[in-house]
Amino acid sequence: MANSLWQKHWILERNSILLLIGILIVIAFGGLVEVVPLFYLRSTIETAEGMRPYTPLELAGRNIYVSEGCYLCHSQMIRALRDEVERYGHYSLAAESEYDHPFQWGSKRNGPDLARVGGKYSDDWHRDHLNNPRAVVPSSIMPGYPWLFTTDLDYSHIAEDMKVQALLGVPYTDDMISHALADVRTQATNDAPDAEALTKRYPKAQARNFGGDPTRITEADALIAYLQMLGTLVDFKLYDDKANIR
Amino acid sequence: MTFGEGGLTALLICLAFVSIVIAAKAYTPGYAFHAYLFAAASAASAFAIANRFFERSPEPIPLEVDGKPNYNMGPVKLATVLAVFWGIVGMAVGLWLALELAYPALNFDLAYISFGRLRPLHTSAVIFAFGGNVLLATSFYVVQRTSRARLAGDLAPWFVVLGYNFFILIAGTGYLLGITQSKEYAEPEWYSDLWLTVVWVVYLLVFLGTLMRRKEPHIYVANWFYLAFILTIAVLHIGNNAAVPVSVLSPKSYVVWAGVQDAMVQWWYGHNAVGFFLTAGFLGLMYYFIPKRADRPIYSYRLSIIHFWSLIFLYIWAGPHHLHYTALPDWTQTLGMTFSIMLWMPSWGGMINGLMTLSGAWDKLRTDPVLRMMVLAVAFYGMATFEGPVMSIKEVNSLSHYTDWTIGHVHSGALGWVAFISFGAIYCLVPWLWNRPLYSLRLVSWHFWISTIGIVVYVTSMWVAGILQGLMWRSYTNLGFLEYSFIETVEAMHPFYVIRAIGGALFLSGTLIMAFNLWRTIYPPREVLAATPRLAPAE
Repeated sequence: MANSLWQKHWILERNSILLLIGILIVIAFGGLVEVVPLFYLRSTIETAEGMRPYTPLELAGRNIYVSEGCYLCHSQMIRALRDEVERYGHYSLAAESEYDHPFQWGSKRNGPDLARVGGKYSDDWHRDHLNNPRAVVPSSIMPGYPWLFTTDLDYSHIAEDMKVQALLGVPYTDDMISHALADVRTQATNDAPDAEALTKRYPKAQARNFGGDPTRITEADALIAYLQMLGTLVDFKLYDDKANIR
Repeated sequence: MTFGEGGLTALLICLAFVSIVIAAKAYTPGYAFHAYLFAAASAASAFAIANRFFERSPEPIPLEVDGKPNYNMGPVKLATVLAVFWGIVGMAVGLWLALELAYPALNFDLAYISFGRLRPLHTSAVIFAFGGNVLLATSFYVVQRTSRARLAGDLAPWFVVLGYNFFILIAGTGYLLGITQSKEYAEPEWYSDLWLTVVWVVYLLVFLGTLMRRKEPHIYVANWFYLAFILTIAVLHIGNNAAVPVSVLSPKSYVVWAGVQDAMVQWWYGHNAVGFFLTAGFLGLMYYFIPKRADRPIYSYRLSIIHFWSLIFLYIWAGPHHLHYTALPDWTQTLGMTFSIMLWMPSWGGMINGLMTLSGAWDKLRTDPVLRMMVLAVAFYGMATFEGPVMSIKEVNSLSHYTDWTIGHVHSGALGWVAFISFGAIYCLVPWLWNRPLYSLRLVSWHFWISTIGIVVYVTSMWVAGILQGLMWRSYTNLGFLEYSFIETVEAMHPFYVIRAIGGALFLSGTLIMAFNLWRTIYPPREVLAATPRLAPAE
């Protein structure tokens, strides 16, 4: 009798289209069950007080972070483990990467986690470190990135980037998009007259010359602006970690 | 001129023109460079098709000659040679990266070879270029042989092999220019992804078309695995790479998923790139080449049915084990872990089916280093698929995650299983395809031992490094403070990074020996050619 059951499998073995359909059905389950609920569960669509989209300069810096492959050695995800919380700060919330297209959680720590690196070091330190990591951390194995200081930031199309992000659900307003180019210049300048308008659009945005050369806006300006804001948006003194449990 | 020839030439000419326009208006020089590559490649292909049209005989190529299938082995040969080429490139880049981690001065402060840009080149070159070409070559070979039918399509199989390798070229040069969307193992940007989608659909059609032509009533088990691999990779590729480009003139795109959802989609893709590209596809290889080489039937037909369906059902759930203790919900993590542990069973089902195929032929391991290589590959498959479920357990993962233990695990699978089963298949294929005996079995033995020692050195150094670093990160002084700063844990890695580079160098040396051996097989030195009578054509 068992034989007849095995022979049922012949139906699939003799018809390539049935085999194809069978495979598609079998591989559908896992992905559907694990992915779809993440779009409606409260814990994964929570938002946290203080979260805002990246400023145009931070976004440009983030794109450099992506294109240089920083995520291959630095995570941006502090796990809920005692030693990580003590080393890096409060464990990362889902809300803290809600505007991250794509996410930068990483998978390997050749260097430390950067989820809350913002404000931990001075701009000066970041400049020296990016230029030559071994100048400030003698046994570092990180590559130097001197070209970031000599390459002008190409931000001419940054408003288009923001439009695409808005299309994908990031709350960029028309006001933000129309001021994109000016906002890049404002944020990269010391004592810029429009700094207040910038922080109105993007609360907690830090505006100053990050890259060390006030005469130009380089890729280093953008990258350091991004690094200095990482993990600074949510104020954990006010965060209610019970609010989204159900 | 056939419809296929005319249509494809017209499409390629259109693509060339569009590419030139895009190149002229591109936002970045890197993107312009890629557009010119597209233009040059499509113009050259259109020219090649026209040229072929004037050279070929007017009748269509017969499906059978003298009652025997007229196999199409041209694309198989090309993919085999490209696999060896990309294997050497990918492994050499890997060795360089290992040295960069041990001696960071080797980054030379140059953008193009800095670690962050080179690493995706290494992973893509070994997984998609080396592994992918092995899968193309063997799937096209196996589906023809086991169906006793000529490959479907005239230009289509060539389009698949050339188009796929063009994708590799665009992806690889893109990383060096900083063009990446940063999703691990899915780094290529939107236009490369679109191109790969077209190539992949044609691949599926060629494969299915050949199956439909088959003269055998049953579809052979190896083809189930190849079909699952092709289909699932298509689904994963489209799901994970869903992105909106900033402009057709810009290489940059933004993936539609964000944050935690993006993380889950990424590792649903990422783990199943392992599950379907590096496992299901290569199990297809195993199911053809091991029985063929050992001259024994597959150990158990029923086991192959059970293990096939349970493997593809369970694998797809395993992704969340890459996200333990993160902001992904706990239930998803636990689900991923549970399925990862269950996955151990079908994995070992496959291993048992492969190893037990040797029953009655174990003595061949003494005399045939090619078979020995494939059997060791299956043994490594068993080890890696045991280690994987262990590492997916949350408590273990809290230690292993973010450390080199993961790198060691990946390489015991990639070098031990994927590369070794591929080497075995290539050592079988080249003599069959070129119809010449293998130049030297002694060199295969040397390759086997040098590379095996290389794997052991590599994997053990990474185990020690990973566990050491994980323990140092969580180590406390008796006053309750963290004992080590991060940089102290990096310093501790140095000796292991050096040892790992030695392991990688050994493995690469083995591959170079193989390349020499294959070159000598295809182009034998005159004295060998004179001494060996030409073999009768293979059946």
